[in-house]
Amino acid sequence: MSLTPEQVQQVAHLARLELKPEKTTLYAQQLSNILAMVDQLTAVDTAGVMPMAHPLELTQRLRADVVSEPNRREAYQAHAPAVDAGLFLVPKVIE
Amino acid sequence: MNLHQLSLTAMAEGLAARKFSSRELTQHYLDRIAQYDKQLNSYVTLTAHAALDAADVADTRRTKGEVGGLLAGIPIAQKDIFCTEGVRTACGSKMLDRFVAPYSATIIDKLHRDAGMVMLGKLNMDEFAMGSSNETSFYGPVKNPWDVTRVPGGSSGGSVAAVAAGLAPVATATDTGGSIRQPAAFTNLTGIKPTYGRVSRYGMIAFASSLDQAGVVARSTEDAALILQAMSGFDPLDSTSIERPVDDLVGGLGKSIKGLKIGLPKEYFADGMSAGVRSCVEAAIAQLKALGAVVSEISLPNAPLSVPTYYVVAPAEASSNLARMDGVRFGHRSQEARNLEELYKKSRGEGFGPEVQRRIMIGTYVLSHGYYDAYYLQAQKVRNLIYQDFKRAYEAVDVILAPTTTDVAFKFGDKSDDPVAMYLNDIYTIAANLAGIPAMSLPCGFSDGLPVGFQLMGNYFDEARLLNVAHQYQQATDFHNQSPKEFL
Amino acid sequence: MALPAWEVVIGLEVHCQLMTQTKIFSGAATAYGAEPNTQADAVTLGLPGVLPVLNQQAVKMAVKFGLAVDAKIAERCVFARKHYFYPDLPKGYQISQYELPIVEHGHLDIEVDGKVKRIGITRAHLEEDAGKSLHEAYPGMTGIDLNRAGTPLIEIVSEPDIRSAAEAVAYLKKMHAIVVSLGVCDGNMQEGSFRCDANVSVRRGPDAPFGTRTETKNINSFRYVQQAIDFEIARQIEVLEAGGTIYQETRLFNPDTGETRAMRLKENANDYRYFPDPDLLPVIVTAEDIAAIKADMPELPTAKKVRFESQYGLSPYDANLLTGETALALYFEDVVKTSGAEAKLCSNWVTGNLLAALNKSGKGIEDTPISAVQLAGLVARIADKTISGNIGKDVFEAMLNGEGSADEIIKAKGLMQITDAGAIIKAIEEIMAKNPGQLAEYRSGKDKLFGFFVGQTMKATGGKANPDALNRLLKEKLAG
Repeated sequence: MSLTPEQVQQVAHLARLELKPEKTTLYAQQLSNILAMVDQLTAVDTAGVMPMAHPLELTQRLRADVVSEPNRREAYQAHAPAVDAGLFLVPKVIE
Repeated sequence: MNLHQLSLTAMAEGLAARKFSSRELTQHYLDRIAQYDKQLNSYVTLTAHAALDAADVADTRRTKGEVGGLLAGIPIAQKDIFCTEGVRTACGSKMLDRFVAPYSATIIDKLHRDAGMVMLGKLNMDEFAMGSSNETSFYGPVKNPWDVTRVPGGSSGGSVAAVAAGLAPVATATDTGGSIRQPAAFTNLTGIKPTYGRVSRYGMIAFASSLDQAGVVARSTEDAALILQAMSGFDPLDSTSIERPVDDLVGGLGKSIKGLKIGLPKEYFADGMSAGVRSCVEAAIAQLKALGAVVSEISLPNAPLSVPTYYVVAPAEASSNLARMDGVRFGHRSQEARNLEELYKKSRGEGFGPEVQRRIMIGTYVLSHGYYDAYYLQAQKVRNLIYQDFKRAYEAVDVILAPTTTDVAFKFGDKSDDPVAMYLNDIYTIAANLAGIPAMSLPCGFSDGLPVGFQLMGNYFDEARLLNVAHQYQQATDFHNQSPKEFL
Repeated sequence: MALPAWEVVIGLEVHCQLMTQTKIFSGAATAYGAEPNTQADAVTLGLPGVLPVLNQQAVKMAVKFGLAVDAKIAERCVFARKHYFYPDLPKGYQISQYELPIVEHGHLDIEVDGKVKRIGITRAHLEEDAGKSLHEAYPGMTGIDLNRAGTPLIEIVSEPDIRSAAEAVAYLKKMHAIVVSLGVCDGNMQEGSFRCDANVSVRRGPDAPFGTRTETKNINSFRYVQQAIDFEIARQIEVLEAGGTIYQETRLFNPDTGETRAMRLKENANDYRYFPDPDLLPVIVTAEDIAAIKADMPELPTAKKVRFESQYGLSPYDANLLTGETALALYFEDVVKTSGAEAKLCSNWVTGNLLAALNKSGKGIEDTPISAVQLAGLVARIADKTISGNIGKDVFEAMLNGEGSADEIIKAKGLMQITDAGAIIKAIEEIMAKNPGQLAEYRSGKDKLFGFFVGQTMKATGGKANPDALNRLLKEKLAG
């Protein structure tokens, strides 16, 4: 599988990465090389094999519904890029 | 003997006997860092004041006769992937260059608050732990103390360089595809990655959640066992943490390995490794045989698929884990953004380096519509095959032995332009992460003056046995006691 | 040949906030109305390194809901990450369920125009809510409050079985009653605890393939649902009849205009890249868990309605009305129990005077100015004939005005019925004396005048005469 520079731009958009136009060709080539290496997986017979999401066959532990986290807004917002009156600020969202 | 050449046990004894104070010990390391780290670039943040304060606390407690743990007052350095409250935690990235963590990782609390260790500072690493050479760090590459023209390995390059050069007695590290073992091998250290779920991941900045595991790099197995013991254990804040008592890792180090069954996977001994590595690893096998181990050839038929499997699973998870780095609540925000979409794209485009961007793109691609089944789902199935290989193997053998790397540390720039060549560095280490088994690397000789390591992989939760085998080997060998001459 | 009439096809996605104390994946509080971001802890903020741990109560509540709609509870369900970038979504993904939701294959029976119709429930899955974007506070900027982020939700997805706005509203009201009576959701639609997305399409008759659907997001009142769907139906038909095309898109409802419009944020380019969340493990719900939850379930509206009909002898209409809201049903049963009066009489007062008064003042049963115990005090006095039903209405008004309990008002205003025959006879004799003409006419056979004498005597006693005694005595006296 090889990627065109256009596909790279599409993927970059999906991942919200700004790519300099002059970089897309190089990325397309590098990503295609990686995918070519990965492509050997397609030849593996995995019929009847369950996908493995975790190394251990464990199940989810459940937490008691008890408040444990105090308000630490000041600490959490101390290094935030833009904050006012406790709100995080971003450029206007147009719905 | 210099303080920085002492084992952790000897340091603890020295502190207990008041031969030296924690402040003296801490200052000794701070002095060495000041003297040597310009050459190595292993630390990204020094916490000298806090370290001396913590050392004083340890000393005062000792004077008052309060019983601290064995590790109380002993310095350690932390990989900059672990959140440390009040201290910048940048994870090797411009994205988090100004991120002062507002909370501490569970292992940070365990080592410092609970065990009373002294934190010297935060260690350089590949950006978001993505790399095998430490060349992807926003803070510049770390140099290998054995040859500063060579890479220390990655992603825990700062951890190994600092410990190998005596700029920290011991350091934490993390391993997603070999990031503890490969750099340990490149710098003549002992590094262990425990079973997935044995050490809490809470507060460790996620690269690939189902593969990441924290561990330690040290100058001996005994040192590693001491620290791993203190780091391990159940954490209710991590759903993938295991509720199971931790074995006595240090107490289990004295056992004979007579009759121990060691498997040599033939896939790992085929072509690919350098002659120098091969002869050192073969010598290690001979040594273990001499200690009474029984060696046999085994097969892990799907192991050669580890690298492609990993380079689907890890980037997929990474692309997701790094989506939170968006410049809204913390981290780098572009000053150029005129609207929301630009805020995202420019902040992320500026904040992430090229290797991270490559992996995010690969990960995004393999999860995207129409490709999920062919890539991600198929990789998780192959991962199951790799896991089954190990399960089968451990029915016949106790421990699996393999090389850690194909060759000794390479030169800067050798592989940095070719991602695939760089990825193939991890060919021997990745399978253990995919399966989630414990694995370690330990020194077994030198090739052209550069360290060579070999790898031991154990069954699930078999850290104690793994460490004992390594310790028995180190009792019979002297490789791990060698230090780089420039940094004695 | 005329084209077949348009048929409307509607599927609803209900987002129902669960009434847990803490968030679905962290121990931060979920209280409504807190100062911005004071309930946004490290996990909610998606700080680097944090990890989710699942809230037990959220799982229980989802199972409860599943059992209430006769659904299958998955023995093993899995959380997945749904990726998109939006400032109120802190991690860049929402933890939701995709391939293996906790609840599947349920149904709900609704009643429209006296006919019962079964609406299929495809699935209900657990997920985390997003935060809130405040667009008005800053010029050129949007403020983000993440207090709501991480609140547990169940998203309930219906089959496309709904054929009109009226059916949609009936479905939502029934769903609302269920989740509230289960105690899994507070049902507060204004605060967004219960909100819905409506998928609407039209097609040429029931045999035609489904048309392209639009999704109108976040509608938070029954009336708005009706309006939004009706608007969307009319719009789609108009577009199609003019030869236009309906695009699959997300639309927003404007309550001020009653119209929907396409969102400017293009969601069509979305590719959510779902995959199982590696930070969470499969959730197992055992048969024992389900049995324990079942044992703990409150009575559901449908079962309650049947019981009200049989136990209290109520009409289906009254039973339906009283069981539509859990609080109302509780209120009614309290009145019956406390007053000891006949259930029918209690039902009349609750469904009649009380609901009328509440409607008039725009209050819900939760805010009733007359408690069940207070109303029971009134009903008891009517039942024991201390006062008549008519006088009861005056007492009720006085109670509404806060003049005290029924007994206090009756006493203060001297409203006790006169049952003493002597006093009534005295009044009758006076009326007869004052109205000799009418008396003569009555006695000569003009029976209709009986009513005149009842009215006059009642008036003379200030309405307090016991009606039965009055009738009996009046008949005797008038007969001469």
